[in-house]
Amino acid sequence: MIEIEKVRKSFGPLEVLKGIDLTVAKGEVLTVIGGSGSGKSTLLTCINGLEPIDSGRILVDGVEVHAKSTNLNKLREKIGIVFQQWNAFPHLTVLENVMLAPRKVLGRAKDEAEAEAVKQLKHVGLGEKLSVYPARLSGGQQQRMAIARALAMGPSYMLFDEVTSALDPMLVGEVLDTLRMLASEGMTMICVTHEMKFAREVSDRVAFFHQGIMAEIAAPEELFGAPKTAELQKFLAATH
Amino acid sequence: MFDTAMTAKDFWMLVQGAGMTLLVTAISVAIGSVLGVIFGIFRFQAGPWWAAPVTFVLDICRSVPLLIQLSLAFAFVTVVLKLRVSGFAVACGVLSLYTAAYCSEIVRGAMEAVPPNTRRAARSLGMSWAQDMRYIAMPLASRVALPSWIGLALGVMKDSALVYVVQVTELMKSTKDLITRLNEPLFLLLLCGVFYFVISFPVARFGAWLEKRWSND
Repeated sequence: MIEIEKVRKSFGPLEVLKGIDLTVAKGEVLTVIGGSGSGKSTLLTCINGLEPIDSGRILVDGVEVHAKSTNLNKLREKIGIVFQQWNAFPHLTVLENVMLAPRKVLGRAKDEAEAEAVKQLKHVGLGEKLSVYPARLSGGQQQRMAIARALAMGPSYMLFDEVTSALDPMLVGEVLDTLRMLASEGMTMICVTHEMKFAREVSDRVAFFHQGIMAEIAAPEELFGAPKTAELQKFLAATH
Repeated sequence: MFDTAMTAKDFWMLVQGAGMTLLVTAISVAIGSVLGVIFGIFRFQAGPWWAAPVTFVLDICRSVPLLIQLSLAFAFVTVVLKLRVSGFAVACGVLSLYTAAYCSEIVRGAMEAVPPNTRRAARSLGMSWAQDMRYIAMPLASRVALPSWIGLALGVMKDSALVYVVQVTELMKSTKDLITRLNEPLFLLLLCGVFYFVISFPVARFGAWLEKRWSND
């Protein structure tokens, strides 16, 4: 379970999270929508401790992420994150990209890590690209590789930060299909996205962020069908 | 000009000089590169403010002509500190610092060229700072640094001609000695140039080979 309590976060004078309260249960798929600068991506990087927070607290399976005593490297083993820019390791092959962290962080043996990596890469449809370097892959393929890389760590939670925003429209579908597959397998996911159709389809709940505040959160039918706040009505009108 | 009075023994003297050039260069580049990597990463990590003292000292090594550094260092060590140190050791010490100064600049630039998001991705997979450094940042930075580093190594090889001021007889000094004796400057300088080429060329080719090997596409 991920518990977010009264989290505030500023970049200099700009407050990007103004007191967020949110709980994500095991097995839930939560999508987060909202305009740019609404704080939704920042929230994801706070959840796995890449960004410090100013006040409040975030608990992952009861462990406080920003407590001094928390071993962040250990905690990150169970929180996978995939970014808008897929961030492949360009000097490693696809297989090596996926194997590296399980080997070095989890201390897996080579065969074991390789078998797991091959399984994950096949799962996202890259079984034919194992020995290829990332530069030879399309954006969609690189993004699927990044997903397999995160999954190979065996995470309990997956965070997706606008994973289709930097992709060619032609390639968005294949990445969303991968996310749908994960959702149907019961992975706990938080997806920050601009794909409204996708959000409507896969989510258990959808949260709407506006200027650092979680303005609305509800089941997709309710949120998209009967938006309560003027901001969400305006946002939905603009994105449709 | 090719009608020479040079003997096999004289030629051997040039070979020994070239050997000394290679030795001084190899030692200086090896020590200088290790120091350069340490200083470079420190400067990258600490930021310009905290790294200022290190940067200042390295700037001195880069700005003062090598000839002056060698003469002053030798005088300082032997006369002021009264240490019984060979010219060879002083030459290696000064050239190492000189190499380190340039190398740290190359390393710092290369580290800055590693995309922060790639490193963020490594950290988000649970890798520690050291693991990110070892498996992601340094391999990527070394690809950026390689061409400049090869250039630096070749530069140091030629700059090592100046160590004659601390009584180290390397290739250039051997050539000058022969010129004084045989009075055949053009032939001997040509031969000396060929020697420099022969010891530099493999390094340049090795660099090009490595660069090709490291291009992962």
